[in-house]
Amino acid sequence: MSIVLEIKNLNKSFGENEVLKDISTDIKKGEVVVVIGPSGSGKSTFLRCLNFLETPSRGKIIFNGVKHTSSDSEYNLNLYRSKIGMVFQSFNLFPHLTVLENITLAPTLIYKTKKEEAETNAKKLLEKVGLGEKSKAYPISLSGGQQQRVAIARALAMNPEVMLFDEATSALDPELVGEVLKVMKDLAESGMTMIIVTHEMNFAREVADRVIFMDKGFIVEQGTPEQIFLNPKEKRTIDFLKKL
Amino acid sequence: MEAELSFWAFSSQIVLPRLWEGMLVTLKLTFLSAFFGLIIGMFLALLRLSGIRVLRYISIAYITLFRGTPLLLQILFIYFALPTILGSYNIDMVIDAFPAGVIALSLNAAAYLAEIYRAGILSIHKGQREAARALGLSRAQTMIKIIIPQTYRRIIPPIVNELSALTKETSLVSVISLGELLYTTQRVGAKYLRIWEVYIWAGLGYLIIVFCLSSIAMKLEKRLETKGGV
Repeated sequence: MSIVLEIKNLNKSFGENEVLKDISTDIKKGEVVVVIGPSGSGKSTFLRCLNFLETPSRGKIIFNGVKHTSSDSEYNLNLYRSKIGMVFQSFNLFPHLTVLENITLAPTLIYKTKKEEAETNAKKLLEKVGLGEKSKAYPISLSGGQQQRVAIARALAMNPEVMLFDEATSALDPELVGEVLKVMKDLAESGMTMIIVTHEMNFAREVADRVIFMDKGFIVEQGTPEQIFLNPKEKRTIDFLKKL
Repeated sequence: MEAELSFWAFSSQIVLPRLWEGMLVTLKLTFLSAFFGLIIGMFLALLRLSGIRVLRYISIAYITLFRGTPLLLQILFIYFALPTILGSYNIDMVIDAFPAGVIALSLNAAAYLAEIYRAGILSIHKGQREAARALGLSRAQTMIKIIIPQTYRRIIPPIVNELSALTKETSLVSVISLGELLYTTQRVGAKYLRIWEVYIWAGLGYLIIVFCLSSIAMKLEKRLETKGGV
């Protein structure tokens, strides 16, 4: 399988505090990578560095053979970001726009997609996440789980090659977690390349091709879900899994 | 000696026709200064929030200067001192009272409005900016399409505050003999030596302008309320 993202020596410091220490890994096309670890281990920062929402202090990201670093032009970074979808813990839908407008905004602005075409596509995506009837609603009238599914549709509307999920279910009421995980699972099965930061270990076990365990800014251990969950080698991984 | 006119006759025959002319000047002053002030203020707010330090400092200096000195002084400076200063550089410029008033009021209001816009922009949750940037929107697109539209409802009340103040501050332009509402009032009052009967109408004039302003703002707020509650 071809490599979509090569992550090379990614470092991030906030002042004196080193949050990411020399992270390197390759993400293959269609691979579903789940990142786990205790809070403060740097997993969210890692994800946010991947699309330069957080500026890495050092290191580079090679996307389909093209190198990206913090010193890239604004223009190049915007172009790169449009190809990397992201879903946030707090949904971050645009509250002043309807569900449909939330989804069509970026394609019409960035790809100059015609409005009708963008709307047709948006409606298809809404069907896919099970919200076909909500296109005219404003985000405030939706439940957390519905909002997060719209957020996923919004990211998919840009035809991203990689999707990043930053604790996408952590802010949801327990009974709403399932509907979002189901959408994510369908997406994984459709062949989307995904990097997922999550605390849902059962979900990780079910969908991950590879699990990365992070602690204190390092990748401590990685492998298949079986290796990590059933046969962890490192003491820190064992300690973390025991506490769950 | 002819009998003194009653309050109503004096008002309708003498006061109101003259004050109406002053009122029109006040309305024009208010409208134009609000228009330019709102535009310049947005410009200043964006400078103040820009990533470029020099631009930020220019905006801070501007706001400090115009908030830190009396508006009356600014009006007098633009009308009397500016032509003299330019004259010493061999630039001949005479500013009429009306444009001088509009310039002073716009520049002054812009400083206050800039801070209102800035407060509005800073009040939007940072997740909104992040979501927009993650989709690939540029800084400018994020500001125009995502951040600024969400500030509208929040900044209407302080903007109405500022524009109400501006409406009443137009009366300061009377010091450079511009025939706006207060100046006209003083002239009519002095001529007929009937003070309160004139001033009460002038007060009502300002009140009406500010009342209309607040009513429009309330309608606007109501309309925005139906749009997703922001």
